[in-house]
Amino acid sequence: MNAATLYGLCSAVLVGLGLYGLIMHPEPLRKILAFNLIGGGVFLLFGVVARRGAAAGFGGDPVPQALVITGLVVAFASTALALALLVRLSSEPGRANLPSEGSGEEPMGGGPL
Amino acid sequence: MSLVRDALTILAVCAGAFFFLAGTVGLLRFPDALSRLHALTKADNLGLGLIVLGLLLQTEGAFPALRLISVWLLGLLAGATVTQLIARAVHPGGLHD
Amino acid sequence: MVFDAGLAVLVLGVAAWTIVARDTFAAVVGFIAYGLLLALVWVRLAAPDVALTEAAIGSGLTGVLLLGASTRVRRTKNLTAGKEPAAALRLAAIGLCVMVSAAIAVLVLLLPEPAPTLAAPVAANLAATGLGNPVTAVLMAYRAIDTLLEVVVLLLALLGVWSLAPDRLWGGVPGLHYRADPDGILTFDAQLLVPIGILVGIHIFWVGSVAPGGEFQGATILAAMWILTTLSGLVDTPSVSRRWLRLLLIAGPAVFVAIGLAGFAMAGAFLAYPIEHAKLLILIIEVPVTLSIAAMLALLVAGPPERSLHR
Repeated sequence: MNAATLYGLCSAVLVGLGLYGLIMHPEPLRKILAFNLIGGGVFLLFGVVARRGAAAGFGGDPVPQALVITGLVVAFASTALALALLVRLSSEPGRANLPSEGSGEEPMGGGPL
Repeated sequence: MSLVRDALTILAVCAGAFFFLAGTVGLLRFPDALSRLHALTKADNLGLGLIVLGLLLQTEGAFPALRLISVWLLGLLAGATVTQLIARAVHPGGLHD
Repeated sequence: MVFDAGLAVLVLGVAAWTIVARDTFAAVVGFIAYGLLLALVWVRLAAPDVALTEAAIGSGLTGVLLLGASTRVRRTKNLTAGKEPAAALRLAAIGLCVMVSAAIAVLVLLLPEPAPTLAAPVAANLAATGLGNPVTAVLMAYRAIDTLLEVVVLLLALLGVWSLAPDRLWGGVPGLHYRADPDGILTFDAQLLVPIGILVGIHIFWVGSVAPGGEFQGATILAAMWILTTLSGLVDTPSVSRRWLRLLLIAGPAVFVAIGLAGFAMAGAFLAYPIEHAKLLILIIEVPVTLSIAAMLALLVAGPPERSLHR
């Protein structure tokens, strides 16, 4: 097993960890964190594929690496929008998190956005 | 000669790592934000400085050596700025004795 | 190999800490550490451009955003009252995650040998683009349309963030107003660091054509310097209605699209470059795009307008 395969297995565990956090945490901020963790794992998988494609004097296949750079920037943009939405919702009267299981509450309506 | 150099590098890097360890212990164990910042600056100045010193012994030529030293200086400056920002966030009006 | 194993264990440990930490602030700090460790992993995978981007955007800017949001939504934590999720739900979630991880792990172990790669065509045509860094060549020449769409996505996200302002603050100034003590240490440090940072950012952008670096990494450093001047109170954030700010934001995408359309006349397809002018055209695209991206990143961190334009 070489280093690339090791990091590939690491990315599999990262995606699993992030998925667990996404399902189990009731607060939206923790869900966004877990979602970014999943994203990191997926990008790491791209990196493993790129490393295995090392040829022609390069250390890794440049095309997946460029795709990961694009993905990182787009992930940042979507995280920024999600966090701005979350902060805005939490400052309005109403609720900014999902009701926990079995608490029997309905989500209240928000004030004027 | 290279044996002496390697030994000195290992010594300096280990000393730097010790300061980083001390800074981390201070970060985890000190009671409030200001004393934690105090612990972290030791990691920045001395820890990074000793590691850069150890690596300087391994470089050939003036340009890589200058680059390493500028990394240390930039780390100091950035650390000082961020420390001031954090301290100001904790004590907005400044400390008054 | 031992180093890789230790690094992988460390990354997994910090990721697990991020998921199970009770305090949101601790989880965010864990995420920032996770991003920096992931940058080290990228270096071990021979991808220094991606390592720079991960450390700057994935860990740095995202961390700043998360820290700001975590302090603001703190009071909704008390609303998460209610009993703990049932043990059955927890077990089902763990089972699902283990299955997903196992599936991906099996895929990794079954990856084809020899690995398919596009490195050979990239290397064969690298001289025609005039660039020395293959990743920059992929971003700006082979897959330039992806980069164009990425810049437009950043702009659309910024518009989305701006549109979240309440009606009375529409068109106002983002962020709080930080006051600077003109004799303070912070002002001195910031005035010393920002010019050096701007120089480092421009250098990383410029050297990206032949060495690891590029416009996104350089633009992130420039954006960080702008954020630093705002946080230390040296300069106030401009209001989102300022014309120069809006022109700065659309300059990059506009030049990109213009050169893309000119590609029809020059070389027969959208975003095609004639070989003798390829390097020049890429440079003409890169400079305004870098400045625009720097402004977009800084404004995304600043957030929606919070102070009214009219006092």
